Amino acid sequence: MKQFDCVIIGGGPAGLCAADMALEAGLDVCLIDRNPRLGGQLIKQTHKFFGSKQQYAKIRGFDIASILIAKIKDHPRCTILTDTTVVGLYPGPIITVYDNQTYQQLKADKVIVAAGASEKTLTFENNDLPQIMGAGAIQTLMNVHGVIPAKEVVMIGSGNIGLIVAYQLLQANIKVKAVIEASDTIGGYSVHASKLIRHGVPIKTKMTIKKAIGTTHLEAVEIIKVDENWQPIEKTSEVIPCDGLCIAVGLSPMHQLLSMLYVKTKYIGPLGGFVAIVDEKYTTSDPNVYVAGDALGIEEASSAMMEGYCCGLHVANDLGRPHPDHDQLIHHYQNELHQLRSGPHGTHVRKGLAIMKKEVDHAF
Amino acid sequence: MLSKTGVPTPQQVLSVFPKEDDLKTLKAIIECYDEIPCNPCESHCPFDAISIGENINTPPKLIVERCVGCGICVSVCPGVAIMLAKVSDSKATFTIPYEFNPKPSPQQIWHAIDRHGNVIGDAVILKTVDTPKQDHTALISVQVDRSLLHDFVTIRSKHE
Repeated sequence: MKQFDCVIIGGGPAGLCAADMALEAGLDVCLIDRNPRLGGQLIKQTHKFFGSKQQYAKIRGFDIASILIAKIKDHPRCTILTDTTVVGLYPGPIITVYDNQTYQQLKADKVIVAAGASEKTLTFENNDLPQIMGAGAIQTLMNVHGVIPAKEVVMIGSGNIGLIVAYQLLQANIKVKAVIEASDTIGGYSVHASKLIRHGVPIKTKMTIKKAIGTTHLEAVEIIKVDENWQPIEKTSEVIPCDGLCIAVGLSPMHQLLSMLYVKTKYIGPLGGFVAIVDEKYTTSDPNVYVAGDALGIEEASSAMMEGYCCGLHVANDLGRPHPDHDQLIHHYQNELHQLRSGPHGTHVRKGLAIMKKEVDHAF
Repeated sequence: MLSKTGVPTPQQVLSVFPKEDDLKTLKAIIECYDEIPCNPCESHCPFDAISIGENINTPPKLIVERCVGCGICVSVCPGVAIMLAKVSDSKATFTIPYEFNPKPSPQQIWHAIDRHGNVIGDAVILKTVDTPKQDHTALISVQVDRSLLHDFVTIRSKHE
């Protein structure tokens, strides 16, 4: 059985940054990702990132992925397993991986779960018609493979993902007929919303999808107004012809591997769903298992990177092999995280983390 | 309201415009009304003309007298929320960020568009700058009627 100081599950922004710090501290690292390329969602992000220099602000997402990958990929102590899915996580910790041909077991002193998140979806009539996709699928087709996903798209959800993907559709010369939002306010940054409106995309708040229309493929969607209790209001529906429907209604942390290990988890709504309870060093109730990034609560990729750096540093320190600048770096990245979360768009995360903090006191 | 419509109020727009006396040369118009954690405009300004301060969530403020209208902030802003403006006689000249293809060419006439997405007049294209440093955010210089100073925000091809 192959043995590593640290196995990192997930090669997105959190996993890549955790690997960077763990390698700098001198650990043997194995980074596993089920996709053919490292980078997670970053490789689909064609927009310039927000944040400060520390989060690679004003650099486009896919370029940030290249920068983070370049830092680790030729490192002699870094083993990278792509096209490899972690199918089991057991006490030890033992990690079972499957590379589409064979199963293999790995042993690690420490495991970091940086598995990211999965997309939420919606229940409505005909939601299984072809051409109804999540925002991730649209971005993969369009921005990774250069495939036009549809000619006329309706977007459900006005969070940052919905707004950004709608803008990317416009950039690919695809018409966005409308962005639909059930709440009475736009979820994402207003700069993203303003960008769409001035390019002719209406954002319809207090509306939801009633059904998709079509037999063999999507031909239109019927949308309807909702009242303050989110109930549809009769006779307010409208039909929008389209050949693509994009669903961007939020993300859920990937907690499944952690649940397999029976570490303490809890449903924390403001963080997006079930998450492992971790202490301030990102350690779960199993002292050898850590979590970072969206797997620990839905935030921007900038926060995932900062958490990844912190987590990688803590793992090295807990193994008694601290990074030479451990204290200084932890202080620095924690301060960055604090800054990223301190505005009005960080309200949810702050609420979720307060619940997490209370749980830690009970859990350990 | 901005958070409900995605369109800033006329008062919000006016609040980010320098006095017309100061607009004899190009100045940055920073339409970043939300508190979001972001500061490339401040950190990339070679003239320290944009101030955010300690808290990265504070909306940026232009220090009008320091701004020389270089346009660096226009291409670095991830929110595509900054443009340059100046006025002269009967015309207003803008430099806007533009991330679509095809790009306009000098002397072409495109639609002038307001913050609601409506056509409000003509925009004469003066210049298109798209250097590698701008990383695919082209800067388009256009001229519109001076009466559109506080309404104009982008351009749209007449052949769409």
